[in-house]
Amino acid sequence: MDILEVEGLRKYFYLDPGFLAKLVTRKKPSVIKAVDGVTFSIRAGEILGIAGESGCGKSTTCTMITKLLDPTAGVIKYKGRDITTLNKQEVRDYRKQVQIVFQDPYESLNPRFTVFDQVAEPLRALGVGDKVEVRERTLDTLELAGLVPEEYKDRYPHQMSGGERQRVGIASALVLSPELVIADEPVSMLDVSIRAGILDLIRDLSKRLHFTCIFVSHDLSILSNISERLMIMYLGKVVELGMIREVIANPLHPYAQALISAVPIPDPSYKRPRPNIKGEVSQPIDPPPGCRFHTRCPQGTMEKCELEDPPFKEIQPGHFAACHLY
Amino acid sequence: MLLEIRDLRTHYQIEKGTVKAVDGVSFSIGEDEVFGLAGESGCGKSTLIRTIMRLIPDSARVTADRLSFRSQDLLSLSDKEYRERILWKEISLVPQSAMASLNPVHRVGDQIVEAILAHSRMGRREAAQRARHLFEVVGLQAGLTKSYPHEFSGGMRQRAMIAMSLALDPSLIIMDEPTTGLDVLVQERILRKLAEIRQQVKKKKAILLITHDISVIAEMSDRIGIMYAGRLMESAPALDVFNEPYHPYTLGLKNAFPSIKAMDKELISIPGSPPNLIDDLPGCVFSARCPFAIPECDVRRPEFKEIKPKHFAACIRTDRVQEFRKLAGEKETWISSRSKG
Repeated sequence: MDILEVEGLRKYFYLDPGFLAKLVTRKKPSVIKAVDGVTFSIRAGEILGIAGESGCGKSTTCTMITKLLDPTAGVIKYKGRDITTLNKQEVRDYRKQVQIVFQDPYESLNPRFTVFDQVAEPLRALGVGDKVEVRERTLDTLELAGLVPEEYKDRYPHQMSGGERQRVGIASALVLSPELVIADEPVSMLDVSIRAGILDLIRDLSKRLHFTCIFVSHDLSILSNISERLMIMYLGKVVELGMIREVIANPLHPYAQALISAVPIPDPSYKRPRPNIKGEVSQPIDPPPGCRFHTRCPQGTMEKCELEDPPFKEIQPGHFAACHLY
Repeated sequence: MLLEIRDLRTHYQIEKGTVKAVDGVSFSIGEDEVFGLAGESGCGKSTLIRTIMRLIPDSARVTADRLSFRSQDLLSLSDKEYRERILWKEISLVPQSAMASLNPVHRVGDQIVEAILAHSRMGRREAAQRARHLFEVVGLQAGLTKSYPHEFSGGMRQRAMIAMSLALDPSLIIMDEPTTGLDVLVQERILRKLAEIRQQVKKKKAILLITHDISVIAEMSDRIGIMYAGRLMESAPALDVFNEPYHPYTLGLKNAFPSIKAMDKELISIPGSPPNLIDDLPGCVFSARCPFAIPECDVRRPEFKEIKPKHFAACIRTDRVQEFRKLAGEKETWISSRSKG
């Protein structure tokens, strides 16, 4: 069963040229198409990895799913219900079910809150439970996150290491028992030796507590370790989606191929084939028609690539790509 | 040897005591060699390069048995002599954050020209010519020297910093996390360009590459050093560090690192966190997190000794390494270690 279905999701930002420029010229404002027609769905209980370079729209997509940003167009269905049209009370209920783990545990915790207050805050803010229940749920969640409650509940963020802080961040995301957790680069600020512990924690808890997880990362090595399916985005579009093993072993889209072959391998004896790709990723400002990748595509381009936006379709069972080659 | 470091210490005196940011580090870099120094945040790798580059505050106490460049003692040079003879001409730096290192109100090319003028006898016109040439070497159009830093993407800024580091043709370039924060395809192109430049330029270039990313180190380095809590734990030719590590910390790091070529590998983290560098640590700095530590490890500082040619490690239990290598691959080994994470 799909817990979340996203259809034709778009988010455009308009760049105002300024008052004077508007007076002098009739130029239309430029458009940043941060997310431009994204369609995918998430199965209940899975961990979906989203990868892509900066500016590909992966964070904007997640921000819209968490209702921190309203889409320009498109539908986000959570358990069959479109969330873009919820009223205030419904949004509060939705927030109880969809939570975020943030990237930077040094910035995302309130420095004046103790660990207990930090983790209890979502319960208090949404008015869940009485004092006793808040206390119970908070301490239980700390325990789940691998922090001994008695030892940690009265600590402040500055008294903890990065890994411990991220565990607090995870606890405050899970205290409401959400069904969907969005983890936006949750380990990118952490040292290698403790990353594995946080990845294990997210994986184990998703199984034990039965939540679904969107795991956003620019690092394919990390995603290959934690996620079951992988979605790759490029300039506001989804270019490939499939089971992680399948995508990594047999990427279909030329961009996915380049991205995967650019991942360094921690083995000095491994001679990695070098990706063959032109230019640098541009910004999605007034993108040209056709495939967004055609200017950099190593496959050479057909005429179609410059004119038509390639449809996102199932090439092999469960393996989707948006490319005219297929 | 180009750069030789023996028992280098950089200590900071603060109110609460002495912070031993770098505490007895020894390694050397040969001509044309890439030495990769890996370590986690706070391990002292940045302090180490700042010590070499003389970018640390005067309050720091620096001592060493040896800190020499081409057999010339660097510690005995005055700041002025260091600036005139070594900086840029022999050793240059590609700093961690290119955006923070470039002056936002000056054109990128002009900043390279200024560096050249300050450290050589070149005239302005010649220096500008050189800046344009360097841009081409790093794969940027010569015309871009007229751009301002904000007009560049992250990758372009990093290229500009590499161009600047090449300005006076040094023999050693120190690179501090040169690709951290860049997207993987941009990182790929920078690293490839770097390898290309080393082939192209006439004068040999050694590189001291500092990063927390073991994959990048693995691909780029001839030799690798693993740093932890201000000390070097192990240093050896790249293949040996990966295939026959001697130090338990290296064994732990290997377990913790994901790879798209080994997706089935179960990642194992190292429990606990690094010690506070202000504490007195008479023994091994890793002993509190080490699953193989014995009481002696807490009291006796292990010597950084050559176990086999070119392979150094600071561990008193290297005689049992065969057994440790096997045990280190199992999760239980680390969970049952003495410390709790």
